[in-house]
Amino acid sequence: MRIPCPFCGSRDAQEFVYRGDAAPVRPAFGESFDAYVYLRDNPAGVIAEHWYHAQGCRNWLVVTRDTVTHDISGAGLAKDSAR
Amino acid sequence: MRFSLFNLAANALKGHRDWGRTWRDAAPRDHYDIVIIGGGGHGLATAYYLAKVHGITNVAVIEKGWIGGGNAGRNTTIIRSNYGLDGNTPFYEWSMKLWEGLEQDFNYNAMVSQRGVLNLCHSDGQRDAYARRGNAMRLHGVDAELLDRDGVRKLAPFLNFDHARFPIIGGLLQPRGGTARHDAVVWGYARGASDRGVDIIQNCEATGFRRGPDGRITGVETSGGTIGAGKVGLSVAGSSSRVAAMAGLRLPIESHVLQAFVSEALKPVIPGVITFGAGHFYISQSDKGGLVFGGDIDGYNSYAARGNLPVVEDVCEGGMALMPMIGRARLLRSWGGIVDMTMDGSPIIDKAPIDGLYLNAGWCYGGFKATPGAGWCFAHLLATDQPHKTATAYRLDRFVTGRLIDEKGQGAQPNLH
Repeated sequence: MRIPCPFCGSRDAQEFVYRGDAAPVRPAFGESFDAYVYLRDNPAGVIAEHWYHAQGCRNWLVVTRDTVTHDISGAGLAKDSAR
Repeated sequence: MRFSLFNLAANALKGHRDWGRTWRDAAPRDHYDIVIIGGGGHGLATAYYLAKVHGITNVAVIEKGWIGGGNAGRNTTIIRSNYGLDGNTPFYEWSMKLWEGLEQDFNYNAMVSQRGVLNLCHSDGQRDAYARRGNAMRLHGVDAELLDRDGVRKLAPFLNFDHARFPIIGGLLQPRGGTARHDAVVWGYARGASDRGVDIIQNCEATGFRRGPDGRITGVETSGGTIGAGKVGLSVAGSSSRVAAMAGLRLPIESHVLQAFVSEALKPVIPGVITFGAGHFYISQSDKGGLVFGGDIDGYNSYAARGNLPVVEDVCEGGMALMPMIGRARLLRSWGGIVDMTMDGSPIIDKAPIDGLYLNAGWCYGGFKATPGAGWCFAHLLATDQPHKTATAYRLDRFVTGRLIDEKGQGAQPNLH
């Protein structure tokens, strides 16, 4: 798999650290955290996920990837999609 | 189908063309007391113990492909019970005891071979951790032996003891661990269940659930029509999240791909199961002679049932560091299976928060060794609505209460367990 890093260009996925699904949103302080920490949609198909370019620009990316085919259709900086 | 010297001879004379079926290939009826989704080792073992131990035979096992065609046919066939946490050890030891009596119990040759499982250590800290785990196992009545360097050398003199970076200083041995013939386990359970009246329905994919007015699950919609059910048990490994989602349930699970490898057949060379402690590599030798080995999961969510080359390279590097002698063996095949990695690395055998739905999920990359135990405990739960005493910790709500069973201590990061 190659990831189109917006800063470094197309790079081998080996340079990145995988974090997982980018969908969960951290709840407000005082609310229950268990669903945020543990529950996942785990879709078979397109998923947006966090990858960290540890051996490159050290940016956190949101990568759009298909979990059935491993096709990567896009990547952007995570800070641009921060909520 | 029963096997004897007489029918073997009779069939040999007929060119082996008239063997009967080992189990009945059933068509679905309208309603069952219990429907189990997933005809792998776990699902069939559950049906077998439901029929044999609890006398519940109005049971169907539905399978979208052919039985044993998922992870039951893709694993590396290792059986062991060398776990260190209280929630795990009694369960895996119960499973190990069932393995030891399995062939007599279902009268089928599952080729259970207790050739020993040896975990190697390469540092003082790792040896301390193994001593602790071995002691925890012995307190639970499990066999464990802490070996020094010479003890390991006696078992496996071919290892790279003087590796510059990861010298072997000892290991933790479970002599009762070993391997079993994965397909025969599936077939033995299938025959035992089928003979007692369980319907095994292949090429029948679950596509949804039928719900009652109170939300209770009352049946399974399948590619072969709707099948009514008093209770529905989920035993679908890597597809757990997808099937649970049909009932509106989210699970603490990510699906990942785990690769496995087998070499060309060689003369006997690897005495038992050996695991590298400094990287992730484990190996055994099948009775046919192939070296069966594997390592880490690929590390990203996947339903592809095939992995990528970096992990192939990583596994082979681990093998070469540990036992350079295998470098000339040629790789025959490699494949991938979809494993349901939980957030704490331990499984779930519990009632779902939806009436009528029961979960057997989250076996990560270690479901094969658990096959008899998971079948026994899931059958117990389905029959009695109470958890079996060895599986009380495998609750779904532990992710809310915080009573996690994190054997590796990695936290909520499924790709690191």
